[in-house]
Amino acid sequence: MDQDVNITILDRNGVSHNIDAPTDMAMNLMEVIRSYELAPEGTIGTCGGMAMCASCQCYILSNHNLPSKQDEEEAMLSEAFYVKENSRLGCQIQINPEMEGLKIEIAPES
Amino acid sequence: MITTDILIIGAGPTGLFAVFEAGLLKLKCHLIDALPQIGGQCSEIYPKKPIYDIPGFPEILAGELTDNLMEQCRQFQPGFTLGERAETMEKQADGTFIVTTNKGTKHQAPVVAIAGGLGSFEPRKPPISNISNFEDHGVEYIIKDPEIYRDKNIVIAGGGDSALDWSIFLSKIASKVTLIHRRNEFRGALDSVEKVQELKNKGLVNLVTPAEVTSILGHNHVTGVTVKKSSDSDEEFNLMCDHFIPLFGLSPKLGPIANWGLNIEKNAIKVNNSLDYQTNIPGVFAIGDVNTYPGKLKLILCGFHEATLMCQAAYRIINPGKKYVLKYTTVSGINGFDGTRKEAPKAVVKKIE
Repeated sequence: MDQDVNITILDRNGVSHNIDAPTDMAMNLMEVIRSYELAPEGTIGTCGGMAMCASCQCYILSNHNLPSKQDEEEAMLSEAFYVKENSRLGCQIQINPEMEGLKIEIAPES
Repeated sequence: MITTDILIIGAGPTGLFAVFEAGLLKLKCHLIDALPQIGGQCSEIYPKKPIYDIPGFPEILAGELTDNLMEQCRQFQPGFTLGERAETMEKQADGTFIVTTNKGTKHQAPVVAIAGGLGSFEPRKPPISNISNFEDHGVEYIIKDPEIYRDKNIVIAGGGDSALDWSIFLSKIASKVTLIHRRNEFRGALDSVEKVQELKNKGLVNLVTPAEVTSILGHNHVTGVTVKKSSDSDEEFNLMCDHFIPLFGLSPKLGPIANWGLNIEKNAIKVNNSLDYQTNIPGVFAIGDVNTYPGKLKLILCGFHEATLMCQAAYRIINPGKKYVLKYTTVSGINGFDGTRKEAPKAVVKKIE
C-alpha cells in the first residue's frame, strides 16, 4: 500500500471521505472520485477527462503545490460556473506521491 | 406519424451502428436526437479529438468516425428527427410504442432502442439568481431564429466557439452586440477569434472582458444586465439590452427518459446483459453508454456489440417464429434498401495451360 496517498474529499452534500488513491495507476483526481463513487455517475467526468466540460471541478482546500494549469484547463474554468480562486479540474490533476494529505471539495453540479 | 421497425433514441455511434446491423436483418430504423446533428458526443464535444480504441482503427477522429458510421449505414436509409428531444413513450394496445418529441413529432415502432449516451444535451445555464424569470422573455440559451435579433441590442456571454461565432453573425443584423467573457482569452477556432478582434477594432462588437453578468434587469422582459468587471475594484455597471444570450455549452442530462418507467441505476438504464440488452419493459432496449449491467464499460466498441445483439432480439420480436440464420457480409454482401448492392468480387477461376 506504500504507493497510495491519503486524500480527503468533501462530496457535494458536504460529507467528508478519507480515501486511498493509487499513485501507480495513472489515475487523475476525477477518476479517483468516480472509482469511489463520491459523485453520482453521469454528474462527473462527462467528457471523459479532456478538460472540456468542467463537471469535475474541485476546490483545493489544502496547501499543496499542484502542477500548474495548462491552457485548456484555464479556458474551461473561465467558462465554468461557481469558479473560485482555488478551482481546478479534477481530470487535469494526476495523482502523485506529493499529494499525500490533499484535501479537496467537489464543486456543485452545473 | 413516423413509422419504422426500430426507433432509436440517440444518433451517436451506437445508434448509427444499430442502423447498419438492423439493415442486415431487413429492419428499418428511425433516429431521434436532441442535437441538430448526428454523432452525439463525438460531434458535440470532441469532433477533432482522436480515438485509439476503435477496433481496426489505430487512430480516428471522433468526427471522422461519425462520418464513417453514416457512410456505412447509408444504404439502409435511416430516417432522422434531429433537434428534438424524445419526451414521452406510450405503449399501445397492439404492443407498439409511440414516442413523442418536445416538438410534438410522433413516432411509432414495435421496438424502441434507447442509445442516448449520457442523456440529451441541454444548455448550461449560468447561476444568475433571477435568470429563470426571463427565459423566453429576452434570455435565450440557444439561438433558434436569428431574425428575432434584427435591429436589437444584444448581450452575449461566453468564451467558446458558439459565443464567438454568434457574436460575428449577429453583428451583421443586430443594432448592437456586446460580448462578455470572464477573461481576455477566448477558446475557439483561430479565425473566429481573429474575426471578433477585427469587429472589435471596427467598433462592431463591444467587448467587455474580464467581466461577468451578475443579474438581469427588467420586469416582464429583459431591459438590461448588470455586469461586474473582474478587476481589483470589482466595479459593477448596468448595460441596457433587449436580449441576453448566455452561451456556456451543453451538458448531457438523462431527462424525460427517467420518467418512462425504466429501471434506473446510477443515471443509467438497467438491462439484461446476459441476453439482449432489453430493459424491464419488453420491446424497449438500452444500448451504449446509457445502459448499465454488472461489468459495464462505457466504450464505443461495447456499444457496437450491444447494438448488434439488440438487433437480433428486435428481429425475433418483429418476426415471431420466423427462421433466421446469421449471415456474414463477406459471403452475402449487402443489399441496401435503396436498391444498391455491395458484394465481394467473385474469385477468378481460370485454367492455367
